[in-house]
Amino acid sequence: MRRLWRSVLFLGRDSRLRAWLKPWTDSLNTFSKGHQSLSVVLGMAVVTTVLPFIILFPPFAGFATQGDWVQGFASAGIFVLLALGLNVVVGLAGLLDLGYAAFFAIGAYSYAYGASPFAGTHFPFWPLLLVGAMVAALFGILLGAPTLRLRGDYLAIVTLGFGEIVPVVFRNADTYTNGTNGISGMYRPALPVTGTFLGLNPVPYYITVAVLVALAMVFLYRIQDSRLGRAWMAVREDELAAASMGINTVTTKLLAFAIGASTAGLAGVFYASKVTIISPDSFGFTVSFTILAMVVLGGMGNVWGVAAGAFVVYEIQSELLKQMNGFVEHLNLPPINLGVTTIDLAKVDFLQYQFLLYGLALVGMMLLRPEGLFPNRRRRAELHDVDDAEAANQELVEA
Amino acid sequence: MDVGTLTQQLVNALTLGAIYALIALGYTMVYGIIELINFAHGDVFMVGSFVSLWLLADFFGLRGPINNPAELVGVLVVAFVFSMVVMGLVGVVIERFAYRPLRNAPRLAPLITAIGVSFILQNIIQIWRGPAQLNSPQLINVQAGFRVGSAEVHWISVFVIAIAVGLIIGLHLFISRTRMGRAMRSTALDREAAQLMGVDINTTIAVTFFIGSALAGAAGVVQGLYYGYTFFTIGFQGGLKAFTAAVLGGIGNTTGAALGGFTIGFIEVFASQAGYANWSEAIVFSILILVLVFRPTGLLGQPTAERG
Amino acid sequence: MSDSPVTPVLRTVGLTKQFGGLIAVRDVDFEVPEGSISSLIGPNGAGKTTLFNVIAGLFDPTSGYIEFMGRRVVARPERSWLEPVLWMTGPAVLGASAYGAAVAGLSALVVEFLLFAALIVLIGVLILASVRPTWYVDGLVRLGVFKSARPNDMVAAGIGRTFQNIRLFANMTATENVLVGMHDQLRQNPLDAVLQTRRQKREESEARREAARWLRYVSLRGHDDDLARNLPYGDQRRLEIARALASKPKLLLLDEPTAGMNPSETEAMMQLFARIKSELGLTILLIEHDMRVVMGISDRVTVLDHGEKIAEGAPAEVRADTRVIEAYLGKGAI
Ligand SMILES: Nc1ncnc2c1ncn2[C@@H]1O[C@H](COP(=O)(O)OP(=O)(O)OP(=O)(O)O)[C@@H](O)[C@H]1O
Ligand SMILES: [Mg+2]
Repeated sequence: MRRLWRSVLFLGRDSRLRAWLKPWTDSLNTFSKGHQSLSVVLGMAVVTTVLPFIILFPPFAGFATQGDWVQGFASAGIFVLLALGLNVVVGLAGLLDLGYAAFFAIGAYSYAYGASPFAGTHFPFWPLLLVGAMVAALFGILLGAPTLRLRGDYLAIVTLGFGEIVPVVFRNADTYTNGTNGISGMYRPALPVTGTFLGLNPVPYYITVAVLVALAMVFLYRIQDSRLGRAWMAVREDELAAASMGINTVTTKLLAFAIGASTAGLAGVFYASKVTIISPDSFGFTVSFTILAMVVLGGMGNVWGVAAGAFVVYEIQSELLKQMNGFVEHLNLPPINLGVTTIDLAKVDFLQYQFLLYGLALVGMMLLRPEGLFPNRRRRAELHDVDDAEAANQELVEA
Repeated sequence: MDVGTLTQQLVNALTLGAIYALIALGYTMVYGIIELINFAHGDVFMVGSFVSLWLLADFFGLRGPINNPAELVGVLVVAFVFSMVVMGLVGVVIERFAYRPLRNAPRLAPLITAIGVSFILQNIIQIWRGPAQLNSPQLINVQAGFRVGSAEVHWISVFVIAIAVGLIIGLHLFISRTRMGRAMRSTALDREAAQLMGVDINTTIAVTFFIGSALAGAAGVVQGLYYGYTFFTIGFQGGLKAFTAAVLGGIGNTTGAALGGFTIGFIEVFASQAGYANWSEAIVFSILILVLVFRPTGLLGQPTAERG
Repeated sequence: MSDSPVTPVLRTVGLTKQFGGLIAVRDVDFEVPEGSISSLIGPNGAGKTTLFNVIAGLFDPTSGYIEFMGRRVVARPERSWLEPVLWMTGPAVLGASAYGAAVAGLSALVVEFLLFAALIVLIGVLILASVRPTWYVDGLVRLGVFKSARPNDMVAAGIGRTFQNIRLFANMTATENVLVGMHDQLRQNPLDAVLQTRRQKREESEARREAARWLRYVSLRGHDDDLARNLPYGDQRRLEIARALASKPKLLLLDEPTAGMNPSETEAMMQLFARIKSELGLTILLIEHDMRVVMGISDRVTVLDHGEKIAEGAPAEVRADTRVIEAYLGKGAI
């Protein structure tokens, strides 16, 4: 059974299609190896241009207008950024951070303090992007420095606790945060040519987030192939050996935490400027877990994989499940009687069950395909038994 | 604070602590034996509260207090046994399918699976009973009690504390006196060595999950009896606080978990008393962070030796 | 005081390490002369690996201390409680004055500024405590706070090591393993990497060339891009040595480097050690069970039994020592 599932999941690993595509993929691979940054930018440019044309395809055209799609993509971009940041912590450094949304919140509130009537300030958006990233990074250090000496699973709990505390603080410190009502009326970003972004026109936001994602990806690839990236990998593999090779494991993990947090801070600033109203409830643990599911599904440690995973998960949750509701209602299925209880699928709100899907996906992925849908070759080797590792190594040599 | 309020709050703290202690034991036992933070454990508690709700309200059709003592005892025994056995089995199934295949995988893998299982349990309950808060029959009249000085002590509190203390003592005897208890201790110390000495590791771990989950099941029954309601997300908060209790007492240490549970109960009750009810979570987690930073082995834990 | 004519690179004084009730290393005084190959031998469980781990900064000793190149690097921590107290003073004072300002009715701006300053100072202190630059450590020593060097500090000081049961980064390539060994030698920072500065590019390509040189040095030519886990056992041991050499140590600690090897592999290893000593001028301390290796290449042999040093000297002397024979073969063997 397990074998069967595996062969289904690994479909395409050595299919004929693949052999046919090989010359192209090979030359693409060599190109992207030599010109990593350029290929990321080109790739993102292509993706950004192509996505809005989804409206030309029958099923998608019916779901929403082009404007709504682009609006959705811009929001998806926020989660792609978040997933890229969490990937640094979980995928590269191997630390489980379950309170990641806290840094997202910190970024968003930073923007609220920098550019909203509530705070009485109006600094421009672009420098605030940096400020939000830095504030989040500082909080990452504040949380990480005392706790990163702990064993990995304690860290998970501490971060979970931190993720709970931050919204509680924002909720209860009314004088500074306006409590549960949150802060609204944030000023929108402006550019010299386009003027102030408009709420009704998603395109400037869409392009901005695409640029941010591309930048984040370029930076992350570059760090991954540097001294710090190797140190992360070494710490993930064997912390004690890494320390014995001269790596300061605490600072190495701290940097992962800070860089991950700063990406979330960046995403938070962008989010606040896009929705212009934030409240503590938008940053609960469900957000942290959603991002974690995105990273795990996409393939821990693989930049493109994680980005794709985040995008797909976001679209499933925000579009597909919504469509499912309408679709199933149309089917007119009779209620299923289970004795103990009856289940009427037509009345089920699938949006509520996104976490059931995440749960099944997390368990299923870990048991059957721990490397994610879009795996990093090396990570696959690490998470599987030896024979798979050899296959992976073979591919690594071929590539 | 006058003496009456103080006594009152002490009783409240002990009752709350008893529930946390019951859940914390499961965390600590599982961590002790396979070094896994079983994130799904809080949700096992939550499912337990729904199982007992189903039994009492739907199956027996009970709605409120039972006044006939014999009948009350009978129903309570059935409720506890049923909920504990069902949840114990759920725990064993979770271990078998979600954790056992990953026993030799990198540590991150079972942690992530545990989070997944937690979501699955929550959603199963949500599908079954809907997302709304449900009322649970409070079989013991929550108003009935006796006075100690100016304080009113309710029978339900006495009952909850007695149940928890009884189960904790029972667990202690089981671990220290029985053959299976010895197998559990030796597996926790060194799994490979225990295996060489003829301990059946799989059975031992399964039994550990059974007992831990059964205790959470008992906590689930108590939740219904004491608070009179349940809700599909109570496992998250309750679980997190119970975990804090386990860490506070020194994770892996059953006595510590019980003590930790009562400590958290006290902190929470007295934070509310002092007017910081909204902050009680933040206070509990701050304590968790401080304990982990300054005394990662907890209050009763022994410093574990690292392997070179 | 020192009985050897050459200055010792490493000196342990009264070193004791206790695990719970078990005393793994007991009051060991021991020296490694510069430029020598010294061996540490003893029956299983004698405490050899534990001694290595203490030297490498993995465990704090229970008592006694270690001097490396004349500097006391590892000892039982002293007044370590003072450090967190020092960290907290700054933020606490600022926090208290913020509270004071609030009570005194000063403007909210002052209060917020003080709180903000407290936060920044706290973060600064935390960073300092994680990075632990030398001036910070020296300052603490002046205040009487002593914390043992951590493993990475020992690498920076000049000690490289291998492990008894190989601990390579299994899913990294041979080259990457060696590059991790060079971690301390590289000067690039994350910003260099993000901006791909010229310095970064130059250093990376130079580092890769050097990694390839180290792989050739231990005869692993052609395995550069193999994952460490896929190398044969003997090659993994060699890779571990290459990784340790890449940190440019002055003292190399090898824990049973020839364990599980056949005679010809062992012979090749011995030649490698001799080359490391003569060509690179390193001092080597090795743990060995194979007496041919010990007798063949050591300048000096130290014998541990039940955590205690029972004999020391030139190989021939040690071989003739009755206590050593007893320790290995049991009482009454002679
Ligand atoms: N981290 C640890 N915690 C507890 N006890 C330990 C630890 N490391 C080693 N010991 C114990 O210390 C004693 C010495 O062990 P050590 O590994 O130093 O011996 P050794 O001389 O290297 O033996 P071998 O030749 O088998 O490698 C042993 O009894 C061992 O069980
Ligand atoms: Mg040894």
